[in-house]
Amino acid sequence: MAEKTFAGKTVEVTAEGYLVNKSDWSKEVAAEMAKEDGIDLTDKHYEVLDYLREQEASGASLTIRKVGKSGIVDIKGLYELFPGGPLKLSSKYAGISKPASCV
Amino acid sequence: MTEVKETPLKKVMIIVAKANIEDVYAGLIMANGAVMEGIEAKLFFTFFGLDAITKKQMNKLHTATVGNPGMRMPNGWAFPTLLGAIPGVEAGVSAMMKKQMDELDVPPVDEFLDMITAGGGEIYACKMAADMFKLTKDDLCEHVKAIITVGDLYAMSGGDGTQIIFT
Repeated sequence: MAEKTFAGKTVEVTAEGYLVNKSDWSKEVAAEMAKEDGIDLTDKHYEVLDYLREQEASGASLTIRKVGKSGIVDIKGLYELFPGGPLKLSSKYAGISKPASCV
Repeated sequence: MTEVKETPLKKVMIIVAKANIEDVYAGLIMANGAVMEGIEAKLFFTFFGLDAITKKQMNKLHTATVGNPGMRMPNGWAFPTLLGAIPGVEAGVSAMMKKQMDELDVPPVDEFLDMITAGGGEIYACKMAADMFKLTKDDLCEHVKAIITVGDLYAMSGGDGTQIIFT
């Protein structure tokens, strides 16, 4: 496990940068994580992150298909928000586990 | 000690030559998985694989219930070949497979192609096979970027970190 400092707070992250303790998450932590990848989070990004956090809390397994049908953003839009990792990056910034689905 | 240098995968060229549900989906899942990881993906459909991008056939794919040793009854017994030959059995088994995939959020073929192209993946049809089956661009779904030759396919396969995958 590695440690990182986001928004003045030291948090534990996995080798791939996912938060170990979900309670460490805040909007500010998310913003700094995204900034490391060169992404500035907008309100639309946060809407996606909120959706992912809700879904994970309800125990649902996440897929880009589900996000595409959420009414927040279509799949093309999701790729535009999180280039190169629509579900992987969004899950990381949402402070939830790395996606375990193949779709 | 020799140093092992890993070159990350940057592009996959995936060839689908068969029309069985499992063969087509193997290609679709790999292509979609690639674009989701930020890897460029191009799908090339040839021979019976063209069914997957032919408007009339794409959402009616079947799995083989005859001559398929992996086929089992729900209780795990081998699926008798003669049972698989009864009219309607193949359609029923195929429908069941699609239902099981839908439960895992694996979409129908047309929607899957929407997802792949939304992520920047590209879909191509093989010229020779299209000629052989007398299919034109109008017979193929709108996701198909072009009907190309094998030479065109190789020309697109350049670059470090490119792999050609035949499913």
